[in-house]
Amino acid sequence: MLYRENGQFKTSYRADQQIFPILQDRIAIALVLVLAFVVVPFVASEYLMRAILIPFLILSLAAIGLNILVGYCGQISLGTGAFMAVGAYAAYNFQVRIDGMPLIASLLLGGVCATVVGVVFGIPSLRIKGLYLAVATLAAQFFVDWAFLRISWLTNDSSSGSVSAAGLQVLGLQIQSPASKYLFCLVFVTVFALLAKNLVRGAIGREWMAMRDMDVAAAVIGIRPVYAKLTAFAVSSFIVGVAGALWGFVHLSTWEPAAFNLNRSFDLLFMVIIGGLGSIMGSFFGAAFIVVLPIVLDNMPYWFGIPIDTALAAHLTSMIFGALIVFFLVVEPHGLARLWSIGKEKLRLWPFPH
Amino acid sequence: MGFFLETLIGGLMSGMLYSLVALGFVLIFKASGVFNFAQGAMVLFAALAMARFAEWLPALTGLDNKVLANVLAFAGAMVVMVLLAWVIERLVLGKLVNQEAVTLLMATLGITYFLDGFGQTLFGNDIYKIDIGMPKDPMFLFENIFQGGILVSKEDLYAAAIAAALVTALSVFFQYTTTGRALRAVADDHQAAQSIGIPLSRVWVIVWSVAGFVALVAGMIWGSKLGVQFSLSVLALKALPVVILGGLTSVPGAIIGGLILGMGEKLSEVFIGPMVGGGIEIWFGYVVVLLVLLVRPQGLFGEKIIDRV
Repeated sequence: MLYRENGQFKTSYRADQQIFPILQDRIAIALVLVLAFVVVPFVASEYLMRAILIPFLILSLAAIGLNILVGYCGQISLGTGAFMAVGAYAAYNFQVRIDGMPLIASLLLGGVCATVVGVVFGIPSLRIKGLYLAVATLAAQFFVDWAFLRISWLTNDSSSGSVSAAGLQVLGLQIQSPASKYLFCLVFVTVFALLAKNLVRGAIGREWMAMRDMDVAAAVIGIRPVYAKLTAFAVSSFIVGVAGALWGFVHLSTWEPAAFNLNRSFDLLFMVIIGGLGSIMGSFFGAAFIVVLPIVLDNMPYWFGIPIDTALAAHLTSMIFGALIVFFLVVEPHGLARLWSIGKEKLRLWPFPH
Repeated sequence: MGFFLETLIGGLMSGMLYSLVALGFVLIFKASGVFNFAQGAMVLFAALAMARFAEWLPALTGLDNKVLANVLAFAGAMVVMVLLAWVIERLVLGKLVNQEAVTLLMATLGITYFLDGFGQTLFGNDIYKIDIGMPKDPMFLFENIFQGGILVSKEDLYAAAIAAALVTALSVFFQYTTTGRALRAVADDHQAAQSIGIPLSRVWVIVWSVAGFVALVAGMIWGSKLGVQFSLSVLALKALPVVILGGLTSVPGAIIGGLILGMGEKLSEVFIGPMVGGGIEIWFGYVVVLLVLLVRPQGLFGEKIIDRV
């Protein structure tokens, strides 16, 4: 009844091509943004921000990056953690080695370094496809893990690759309190989500999707595979690299290579798949699911007051996590974004479905 | 020279064990097109089941014969693996027919998490021993040719022999039995196989059971060598480059890939490792595979990938 596009006529190309063509969607998004920028920083408790909101935002950003590669361009990557690590350590190096380097500049330069590494490891994708490529990207994961652990120049000669970033500030503003960290991440996520959304709607996004659907056919109609695949790797690893830098600087502040290990890559792939392949919105859903689920599972015994051994609890958590992943894949292989769009379709007809 | 050969043989032996895990991958991929990430978790699960059964059986029944206890434990673990195969087919694969490869991959990752948790909840999370009476003492070969001879662990030799026997048995099974022929038919073409009356779901249960059997043997050998512990699950990551190097669809490829990588890993760690700070074992296999794939995208022995629009 409330959600319906009747009577919203589009009289210009601009109006026809906007991201949210339906008025109600625009209002909803504006409300969400106001809520996220204005209300949440004042209302949310410190724990909520530290443990849930900040990780959620940063991982959504990384999931958006991965989704461009896997969901839009169809190149399966198991090396996302590695690109995050490159972003984080490169940003750290810029910050430490160059005096007076602005924080935002070093975060973005970290992303640029991740782009370079991503393109290098993306080159095999021109020859290797599908699952073979997935395993080949594991090479990036293990190599980068090793490099930050053993090559001390990359970590400014700190032992075992453990580094820390302190005293973050942007334009003279301290980024210390959880609320300021949260807002800082939120700005990044909003800007990048908007950029990503526009990229995938544009010509280049269509090229990626053509590559994903059938690369030979795409090449036949004149889409350059080299260009399409490598740009997907470049854009994806840039976003992932920035997310990695944020993860290191803002969320962890002291980190070592293990923070970006294989499990991180798997988690991100879970987010993308559970959220929905080829959906920016889905990346947020997936990130929320994967961030919140382990916390809920860990706290479950305490809420019900069941005394439980920590090792056993960890096993049970892993068990339930695995079972839920499988359950979600079986029930809705197209992810939460699909459920969302089904819900919207239903809402348009409500309360008079045919 | 003696040291070089010693490293080489050591590498070949561990390569044989990687092959065992890789074999499970290949079997399942050939028959169902699923890239089974859970193979490592299955190795851990099977090994845990066997280790604990071998411990519980004598305690419960007062059985005194160690060989018999081991055999019964092996059989018990096999029953568990068949049940597992059936459940996986019923609850997961059967529902995910015709989904994209990446969705199936993630489903097996889900199974991995589940099995890791389930196995350790059920069977406990200590380090357990499987004692199947393999000799632990090393022996020396070619003492008259090289000074001091070449040190070879007898245990490794036995393990390699078991692996070789397993591979032979599997080839015979695939080549000469009716079930094996059905499996090969399904591997070639799902639809065609189904249209001539081969029941897909039963074939998948059989394949996952066979993969479970391979996992059990691998778990038994690794378990008796290193103890049954969580790190067995990580074996899958060692076996992945092996599978890809040999080609996802080739059984001999899994064996030869395992030997090449096992050998390369040890040699590189010993001879190149010190130059770059060590620990290169972990990524060496993957980088080799990456380079090989650039030349042969289907792996060394995989079927040629033909693209059609």
